[in-house]
Amino acid sequence: MQVRAEVFAAVRRFFEQRGVLEVATPVLDRHSVTDPYVDAIEVPGAGYLQTSPEYAMKRLLVSGAPDIYQMGPVFRAGEFGRLHNPEFVMLEWYRLGWDDQQLMAEVAELVASILGPCEHRYVRYDALVKDAAEPDLAYAEACEALSGRWFVTHFPSEQAALAKMHPDGATAARFELIVDGVELANGYHELGDAAELRRRFNTDNAERAMLGKPIIALDERFISAMERGLPPCAGVALGVDRLAMLKAGASSLDAVIPFR
Amino acid sequence: MASYSTNEFKSGLKVLLEGEPCSILENEFVKPGKGQAFNRVKFRNLKTGRVWERTFKSGESLEGADVMELDMEFLYEDGEFFHFMKTDGSFEQIQATNAVVGDAKDWMKEQEVFQVTLWNEDPIAVEPPNFVELEVTETDPGLKGDTAQGATKPATVSTGAVVRVPLFVNQGDVLKIDTRTGEYVSRV
Repeated sequence: MQVRAEVFAAVRRFFEQRGVLEVATPVLDRHSVTDPYVDAIEVPGAGYLQTSPEYAMKRLLVSGAPDIYQMGPVFRAGEFGRLHNPEFVMLEWYRLGWDDQQLMAEVAELVASILGPCEHRYVRYDALVKDAAEPDLAYAEACEALSGRWFVTHFPSEQAALAKMHPDGATAARFELIVDGVELANGYHELGDAAELRRRFNTDNAERAMLGKPIIALDERFISAMERGLPPCAGVALGVDRLAMLKAGASSLDAVIPFR
Repeated sequence: MASYSTNEFKSGLKVLLEGEPCSILENEFVKPGKGQAFNRVKFRNLKTGRVWERTFKSGESLEGADVMELDMEFLYEDGEFFHFMKTDGSFEQIQATNAVVGDAKDWMKEQEVFQVTLWNEDPIAVEPPNFVELEVTETDPGLKGDTAQGATKPATVSTGAVVRVPLFVNQGDVLKIDTRTGEYVSRV
């Protein structure tokens, strides 16, 4: 609890010093995400508990918001384990005019300000996951084996999520930060192309159908905001409970989340 | 039997894995932020005691195993079977083979209560109590006053097992033995 409070305070200090504005977007909203492997908790008659503040924050950017950050609870159905809790605290921030390289440098600085300085190394996704039969499992296991601080970059196009593609056309400007085997953050050079986003959401829903999961209605407010134009930016989400866990030197979220 | 999905897996749950009755020891949820969820599960095979590790996609399921762990009193061995009786007042008896009793046979003292694991009502494993008291039937004569640190000698106890004991132990002494390590604890 003490460590968690220190981390909250350190994060707010970090962004205050850099002139990044704190925002709070709705935790409960009518829409959810199409990601086939992220399941929202549905609230009958009201919508969904948000799995991330991403869409709402991007709509703020379209409306002219400056650099913004948000630190608050997000919810994911069915995720419970040593490193997972159905409710957790996510820190998400956006930097206007930045790309993924610049944002990675700032993520490294934030982490260093909390866990202490340490070298960050870089590894491409395909170097971690070679032609594995279960790439998601192979990726998870390869990350668990990384000690120290690592940025994984160059995710394949089918794992681009909401990131821009690199000029090579085959890999996405998406990165993840792994600290001592724990996946801590996921960031993008943000894609603002509404038609491409719609295509990716429909692909997600096709995969959901194959998995026998419910189809999620597209969030048209988000897509129309993208049509109006997302300013060029990079954004990242970071698991604050996991960061506090690492700071506490613990190996399970039990150490930092009360009432678990 | 019911079947159990990965999200119902918890330690102690008895399931069938590759046809063998197993008890779940650990269930770890593994999931990349953007990607499929898996459960990495450790099982103890209840017949062999071996630990198995398997990875499942979250949502997969396993059939439950009809396994019961009962306290039973050891009655006698007839050369072929070890006979046990339920301690619930039903006087119901079962017989277990040498293979099922396994390493516990070193500690098979009559009237002692053992934990017997039944799968579909057949015994598959016998677990001795952590400590048993057994009489020494054979050992070299004790050396009175010999308290040399760490010096030991072999002693055969009433079940036929051989235990390392301090030099002062005599034939006829009753010993407390830790069945988990097979080591002498004290004279009783």
